[in-house]
Amino acid sequence: MFAYILKRLLYTIPTLFAISIMSFIIIQLPPGDYFSVLASKMAKESDTIANTAALEAMGARYGLNEPLYVQYWKWISGIVLRGDFGQSFEYNRPVSVLLWDRLGLTFLLSFSTLIFVWAVSFPIGIYSAVRKYSIGDYLGTFIGFVGLAIPNFLMALVLMYVSFKYFGRSVGGLFSPEFVNAEWSWARLMDFLAHLWIPVIVLGTAGTAGLIRIMRANMLDEIYKPYVVTARAKGLSEIRLLFKYPVRVALNPFISTVGWVLPELVSGATITAIVLSLPTTGPLLLRSLISQDMYLAGSFIMMLSVLTVLGTLISDILLAWLDPRIRFK
Amino acid sequence: MTPTKTTSDVTDSRDAGLAIPADDPPTSRRHDDRDIDRADDLPVANEDRTVLVAGQWKLIWWKFRKHKLAMLGGIITLFIYFVAVFVEILAPFPPDQYNSTYPYAPPQSLHLGQVEGEFGLYVNGYAVSFDPETLARTFVIDEEVRHPVSLFAKGAPYRLWGLIPMERHLIAPDDPSHPMYLLGADRLGRDMLSRLIHGTRISMSIGLIGVAISLFLGVLLGGISGYYGGATDNLIQRVIEFLNSIPKIPLWMGLAAAIPLSLPPLHVYFLITLILSLIGWTGLARVVRGRFFSLKTEDFVTAARLDGNSELRIIMRHMVPSFTSHIIASISLAIPSMILAETSLSFLGIGLRPPVVSWGVLLEEAQNVRSIAQAPWLFWPGAAVVVAVLAMNFLGDGLRDAADPYA
Repeated sequence: MFAYILKRLLYTIPTLFAISIMSFIIIQLPPGDYFSVLASKMAKESDTIANTAALEAMGARYGLNEPLYVQYWKWISGIVLRGDFGQSFEYNRPVSVLLWDRLGLTFLLSFSTLIFVWAVSFPIGIYSAVRKYSIGDYLGTFIGFVGLAIPNFLMALVLMYVSFKYFGRSVGGLFSPEFVNAEWSWARLMDFLAHLWIPVIVLGTAGTAGLIRIMRANMLDEIYKPYVVTARAKGLSEIRLLFKYPVRVALNPFISTVGWVLPELVSGATITAIVLSLPTTGPLLLRSLISQDMYLAGSFIMMLSVLTVLGTLISDILLAWLDPRIRFK
Repeated sequence: MTPTKTTSDVTDSRDAGLAIPADDPPTSRRHDDRDIDRADDLPVANEDRTVLVAGQWKLIWWKFRKHKLAMLGGIITLFIYFVAVFVEILAPFPPDQYNSTYPYAPPQSLHLGQVEGEFGLYVNGYAVSFDPETLARTFVIDEEVRHPVSLFAKGAPYRLWGLIPMERHLIAPDDPSHPMYLLGADRLGRDMLSRLIHGTRISMSIGLIGVAISLFLGVLLGGISGYYGGATDNLIQRVIEFLNSIPKIPLWMGLAAAIPLSLPPLHVYFLITLILSLIGWTGLARVVRGRFFSLKTEDFVTAARLDGNSELRIIMRHMVPSFTSHIIASISLAIPSMILAETSLSFLGIGLRPPVVSWGVLLEEAQNVRSIAQAPWLFWPGAAVVVAVLAMNFLGDGLRDAADPYA
């Protein structure tokens, strides 16, 4: 087990490195560099002498006039060693100040959705395998397919339209106005949960569709196997039989799918958040990309990817703990 | 695969099979020198002889045909691509033709009846009323006014595929100045139906071109990975894992936002396609790699190698034809995700941009609640996306089942 975890951790290191390179490329991609934008902005705003000094200081800090690999090194070492993600020139604040709050909510949202996806697809998957070709099976499959085909943002739009048209209120955000800037409290948590269900449903449908199909296929592989027949022949009740043997075997691939469900959720959360104007990373990422506030955008993309990779790592370790076949391979 | 399969057989079945035969299973036995997969295993006495002499593609077609939902998906997909090809004829108006008199005009329905003394198709006109307070215009369908509409009527001149000068449209008002908004109008009084049809071409072709690039990368890298194995395989698999482990939409957004605003629309189109496929090839690569792994130890591949065939020839002549069907199934499952990706990016305003018309660009209009509350028909492009994606998913699912001899 220990050797497996170690190996898995080692595999993560090049991935994290590649993510940082990719984010750095994205920061560097837009034509015209960040400092010339900043310089022209500062020149417009106030007297030049103090700002020239400030600009030079920043230039030295980020290695502006040095080769790219030096710039990369200064940037990444700042993040890893000091937690310094650079400066957002649109907000004129350090990126790290803007980053953590929104990342936290994004991951809270993604994990709530993951729980929802599991809770829904688990029973439906088992049901449609056991009652294969029943009306319920077809209904589940159909809903699953529709969930797969409707893009997240479209579903968000339709939900917004329905609630605006028929309930006369606009949905959006994760908090009621009075709680937006409040400290965390019981009331704020309740308010948060009351707002959470719409993005969770919007985000969860696609993943649910995929997992229902996986669970169904896994169960179908198992329930006709001889050991199930033997257990039935020995007089075990159907429900006990089901949960004692085939469900447990079918469950493993279910957990391993976190590896692809999580990136999908984070990805979907970005665009859903933009439509529903949630205070997560999505809207800020879009705004920073449009205004070419690249340190902010690059940091968001990097941290979203890093946290997704770490989430996948945790799920892999969990899986190895559950399934001896993986840890002894 | 039977060991007796020779080079000429494989070529033959591939060449003959590429156009999937549309005929029914022949009732009389036909002379066919092609082999049948695993013929030896089948209980010949009980099997219909026609099955035993049918080629690979024929078997796939028979199996596919039984899958009703997949057939329906296939028909809808063909229809959508038909629309994408004949956009200019099918759309009543050019996509950018606006009429400031009719912003957000509601959809009219097409009627059949007496119009101007003749029996024919017509649409009703609009009665416009002003709200004195908000100055907002509201449109009511005016049952009294009837504007004649004809099939293949003369309308705005255009060049089909940029080549053939034409002016007939499948359906258009007889007098081009009369409004005809079968799916309503957008905020500039442009016809949603025309824009939807024009968007079909861009949205569907981005899927095709994107998948073509993905396919190239996927077959190349997946093939290398599966054929050589070892360290190369390990490296490529790590790259795939890396690409799969990062959230795609933020990454696409980052790359798409770097496209300069000053580029001409066509360049933006190709860059977006390139960005989508640079990240989207991994799925296809996995399929190809898996097939290479399972095929390279097959007897017929060993036989070909012992016969002294070159590596390239073994791959192209012997291995690729036996998994072409799987590739086609994977392609039809990859296109919808490309379409969804393009739609999402354009919807956010960092993908394709007007004046290019794609379903995503059209949906950008539907971004705020107030405009969709006023004009719910702005959702139509969304419906088109959902139908296209569903149809292609069903089609791909059916193809995958049909291509799998063990399913």
